Amino acid sequence: MRLADDEKAMRDGAEGPAVAAAMDLLIRYGEALGAERLCDTRNVAGTMTQPSPIKATLVREGGWNKAFATINLDSDEEFDIPHMRVPTCQLQHGFSDDALGVAPYPASMVELQADAESFYGAHGVNILATCTPYQVGNLPVRGEHCAWMESSAVVYANSVLGARTNCEGGASTGAASLTGKIPCWGNHLSENRYGTHLIESAVPVEGSLDWGMFGYFVGDIVQENRPVLVGDLRQPDLTDLKHFGAATASSGGVELYHIPGITPEAPTPEAAFGGRPAPEKIVYGEPERRAVHETLNNQGESEDVDFILLGCPHASLDQVARVARALDGRRLNPGTELWIMLPRALRVVAERNGYTESIRRAGGRVLTDSCPAMSRSAPEGTRVFATDSAKQAHYLPAILGIEAWFGTLEDCVDAAVTGKWRGELQ
Amino acid sequence: MTVTIKGRGIVPGHAEGEALVSHETISGWGGIDPATGTVIERRHPLFGVCFTGKVLVFPGAKGSSGWSGFFQSTRLYGTAPLAMVIGKLSTKSALGAVVTRVPTLSELDADPLDVVRTGDWVVVDADRGLLTVGEQR
Repeated sequence: MRLADDEKAMRDGAEGPAVAAAMDLLIRYGEALGAERLCDTRNVAGTMTQPSPIKATLVREGGWNKAFATINLDSDEEFDIPHMRVPTCQLQHGFSDDALGVAPYPASMVELQADAESFYGAHGVNILATCTPYQVGNLPVRGEHCAWMESSAVVYANSVLGARTNCEGGASTGAASLTGKIPCWGNHLSENRYGTHLIESAVPVEGSLDWGMFGYFVGDIVQENRPVLVGDLRQPDLTDLKHFGAATASSGGVELYHIPGITPEAPTPEAAFGGRPAPEKIVYGEPERRAVHETLNNQGESEDVDFILLGCPHASLDQVARVARALDGRRLNPGTELWIMLPRALRVVAERNGYTESIRRAGGRVLTDSCPAMSRSAPEGTRVFATDSAKQAHYLPAILGIEAWFGTLEDCVDAAVTGKWRGELQ
Repeated sequence: MTVTIKGRGIVPGHAEGEALVSHETISGWGGIDPATGTVIERRHPLFGVCFTGKVLVFPGAKGSSGWSGFFQSTRLYGTAPLAMVIGKLSTKSALGAVVTRVPTLSELDADPLDVVRTGDWVVVDADRGLLTVGEQR
């Protein structure tokens, strides 16, 4: 890998030992990928504050400096961590104090995380604490080189925004935050951004339930490739594509897709394939749609639902408003809990609009920062849960050993009120 | 009979030991328990199997971007594999191998999953980019 002069200087210690360790990690990582060079980035989304048993031990031994050096720079050396060199944000992490007494989650972890926030906040990490940084203050522009983690955010940034990021990890984002560099490989290069598969929907795809199911189908078919989607696709909004991308990155590992006429790098199907001939199309029809719905619902037997989870990926304001309206004047079934997860910055607006009060009055909980899958925590005694998220329906049954139902946001709210799952595919 | 396949060293180093072959991709987050070095994904063919001290041969990484962090934790817990042979390299598995700090090969001339069986004695020479597969011991 060729290094620029400023990169060599960082490696050789001109900016101090922490930056040198960061550059050493980027060189090891870039060589492993076979990258030819690094590129500049001023947009990092990683994870530093998420608590874990290992982190607790490292902090006891050597404070947050040691935790960052070990985990986020993969270094065994001891040094002080300088201020972040480029804008850096924290993605979703563990539950925060708003979940104390609600989620069975250790208070010691909440405290550890609060301590981390003080340290990293003072070092310039913006604590967005969400899997949807693009909703609350980190909206990259087309062509911007980023170093992001979180598969649902990566696919949104590449596809919907036309930014350029690979699916990074804790050490590469940590190293990028102190150097403003990341290997120029994969999605950073134009030749790797054209479509590889053509998928046509023969059924109307409209609303986040159908966009989520279509995404689950697409991810399963293409795995880590780059699908181009055509057919009867109705105009999606942020919520629809948030659910679509998260689903493609759950059943598969999609990091970039194109919807000609909708997403920025594909004004036409021809442009999506970079002028090369399109591959033979794969059709998504009513049988495929029903099969996806069946797959996501074959993890449930009991119709007695004791937990509803909304806001995966973290809810948009529109979704919070819809939940508030659907719950208006109703009460949750005793024995059924409803949580909606959203970025804390949006909760401020939701409170201002009275949405959170409507949800709380009905007995629901408005929570931030995390989700049951991240924190491995659902209401005590949960056996059966329901969600409007293909991603959460994919992961949570395996993580917590519970049954799952998947349906519309309104199906989920009805189940919260009646305690019974009645959702059916229309 | 021994077979040698040419590949590319992803993390330099030399190790030899018993192979553990996964024909399915492996998840980090939700897929392995770093404290015990075992696969914990219920539907995975290696569910409950420990990879500590083995040469882990697998087609690639899947799932969350936390992949590398989970494998880094196996190093910190002392439960890491001895070496890795990766079918299709991605950012997750490349960074994961780097922070696990074990000799790693990928981009081999032949699919390692067709050549290596669980229990085979393999030599991972990541300095020269060579995978040598011997008899089961």
